[in-house]
Amino acid sequence: MTGKQKFAMVILGVAVVASLGAAYISRSSYSEQFREAISAPPSARFWLGTDELGRDRFARLLYGTRVSLLLAPAAALLSTVIAGLIGGAAGYLGGRWERIVTAGVDLFLSLPWLFLLLAVRALLPLNTSPVMSVMITFLLLGCLGWAAPARIIRAGTRTQVNSDYLVQAAASGVSRWRLFWRHLLPNLRPILLAQFWISVPVFILSEANLGLLGLGVSEPLPSWGALLRELENYSAVLRNPWMLAPAVLLVIVVSCLQLLLRTEESAPC
Amino acid sequence: MLIRTVIALWLGAALTASAANELRFCLRADPKTFNPLLVEDENSATVRYLTGGVLIRLNRYTQELEGELAAKWKVAENGQRIDFELRRGVRFSDGTPFTCQDVAYTMHQVMDPALHSPVGDSFRSAPGDVETTCASPSTASVRFPAPVANLAAQFDQVAILSVVSPRKESAVLGPFELGEYKPGTYVLLQRNPNYWKRDANGHALPYLDSIRLEIQQNRELELLRFRRGELDIINKLDPEMYDRLSAEMPHAVADAGPSLDWETVFFNQVDSAPLPEYKRRWFRSSDFRRAISEGIRRDDIVRIVYHGHAHAAAGPVSVANRFWLNPALKPGSGSEAAALALLERGGFRRSGGTLLDSAGNKVEFSMITNAGNKLHERMLALIQQDLARLGIQLNVVVLDFPSLIERISRSFNYEAVLMAITNVDLDPSAQMNVWLSSAANHQWNPNQKTPETGWEGEIDKLMQAQNASQDPNKRKTYFDKVQQIVADQAPIVFLVNPNALSAVSANLRNVTPAVLSPQIFWNADRLQVGGSLVSQR
Repeated sequence: MTGKQKFAMVILGVAVVASLGAAYISRSSYSEQFREAISAPPSARFWLGTDELGRDRFARLLYGTRVSLLLAPAAALLSTVIAGLIGGAAGYLGGRWERIVTAGVDLFLSLPWLFLLLAVRALLPLNTSPVMSVMITFLLLGCLGWAAPARIIRAGTRTQVNSDYLVQAAASGVSRWRLFWRHLLPNLRPILLAQFWISVPVFILSEANLGLLGLGVSEPLPSWGALLRELENYSAVLRNPWMLAPAVLLVIVVSCLQLLLRTEESAPC
Repeated sequence: MLIRTVIALWLGAALTASAANELRFCLRADPKTFNPLLVEDENSATVRYLTGGVLIRLNRYTQELEGELAAKWKVAENGQRIDFELRRGVRFSDGTPFTCQDVAYTMHQVMDPALHSPVGDSFRSAPGDVETTCASPSTASVRFPAPVANLAAQFDQVAILSVVSPRKESAVLGPFELGEYKPGTYVLLQRNPNYWKRDANGHALPYLDSIRLEIQQNRELELLRFRRGELDIINKLDPEMYDRLSAEMPHAVADAGPSLDWETVFFNQVDSAPLPEYKRRWFRSSDFRRAISEGIRRDDIVRIVYHGHAHAAAGPVSVANRFWLNPALKPGSGSEAAALALLERGGFRRSGGTLLDSAGNKVEFSMITNAGNKLHERMLALIQQDLARLGIQLNVVVLDFPSLIERISRSFNYEAVLMAITNVDLDPSAQMNVWLSSAANHQWNPNQKTPETGWEGEIDKLMQAQNASQDPNKRKTYFDKVQQIVADQAPIVFLVNPNALSAVSANLRNVTPAVLSPQIFWNADRLQVGGSLVSQR
């Protein structure tokens, strides 16, 4: 592990610890409204100022980090596992199976999932708690986000299947299961990890967009997605640059994850 | 070469001059129809307002009825008949003369069941034919099978058609006529050369040569184009845009004051709704509903959500509606103590920080609103905290609009709802479909066969009485009582009346923003772009 990667680990560790210890670090609750101090600039009391309802931005960022940093990777993991199984099997088995899976992925990607999401929201009980609502949202994202990564994993698997070392191993009489688990899967790890890390910020932003449909995190629980929605008001961002804090934190976290990913890529199989 | 350059310069100057005398603003979508009798949507209504000539017009600024094509009118037989004295010498845009036969033809069309004219619905007081009699070309008498409430004002929506013009509804009596329409792009209205009205100095109106209605759904793009000077008006700005624009162009924004629209909350009181019985009891308790109304801090909604561009509402009549407002009513105080006192009277009690009903059930309910509406989302966040002070847990749920409508009007699978209600009519007769217990829009418990509560029965009687009477003072007395019952029972919690906000280019003259729609261009025939146009005519 290089010095940069150690630094990235420290940053991520700080982010996770800070989000888990939000109740101790922040002076206010994420939902408390200080109505006499709406849209206040940063101060000793409110380190990142307050939002349009007078809520402490710093507290909301910490609690939002907890929600997004735990649930977005969980959803990314779910989608990557599904993509790995479907795409990997299609690439490995080839022939008819590959054609069926490719057609299935194309069909899946062409379907209007928006309507499914709307239907899911319509079916949810109205008194679903904010925490349950956000968990359902990320579960849905995980279940629906596998198709595009599956295509890439299928192509990567196909390349590996035709490579010399696998052909030689197969010729040596290594069983198909052993070939898959012992030789192919470790070599697919960089692709799988790349898909995983790419999915994390995508899911965070998807959650923000789903908020427009009534899915996602409901008030007063914060998430990075909900906080990023505030940036739509670009003129307010220019006046109050501290509103960019969630975007900056997102970039830092994703960059750190990318740095750690390189460690994994360079690791021997 | 020189001649060609001179011609090009002259043409350019001419084109610039033409564009300079054009009013430009946006419609949110294409008009669904150009037939003035079939108008249902706001965009078609805009075109109708600018092109259609009417017998009587409601002045959007003074809120008084004024004669347009009718120089005089008189309502007779307790609202069953109206007699018009028509202006003489008036011609349609194609030169066809305007006579009583046109009024008769238009009324026949309006009431034709085969046409399904929405305008005709307001005249259908009873089965039977509407008769229009022409004693002379300039006098018309229209008789209805039964009295029609607020009869004269209903003619504000009736654009007169020509019975003889080959151009049918394209021949108009309003200040502008349809010039060109490119679907999805623009509607161009041109000056009606035969428009009858003149200003105090005898100049022919309208002053403008044309109005270009750009079809633009994106409000950010609309704002950007206004900033660039490509548009002259933005009608109905939201408070955030208003403040942004006001910081950059303080002279370009106009706040006409509280509109007739409402932001409201109501609870599900439908008998067949899939609700636990104890929740239905809460929602049917007037103490509970009034406590919620008392507990919501309307002043904070006005200040924080609307940035001051709204007015705390006390009841179903906006302060903008000067005649019909019941001044005795006051908005909810936002007082925690007053709300808790009402809850205690209704059998609720606090245990720790939680409110419990008489059976010990924790008071928790959901409130739905439409997704993508930032104002509603912020309002709900404020209401959530206001109710938390009372020990009530409010779960906020945002739904896409079709799902919301499905729940509140068909499945009745909801507990409480926050929604905006648009109101364009000053007269309480237009609210019959809300207050009558048998009405489909009696939102909290629609389509009742007989009134389920005594106070709903009382409202039914009062609304029917005001609708049948032609005496404005009697009608006001009846409707004041309705407003008082609504305040006492709080079936709908009226939160705020948002202000009518708009943006107007500094280049536009004679603008007098009004709270009634269309707020900015209600006097379109007198608007001017630039300063020297009157003298040019």
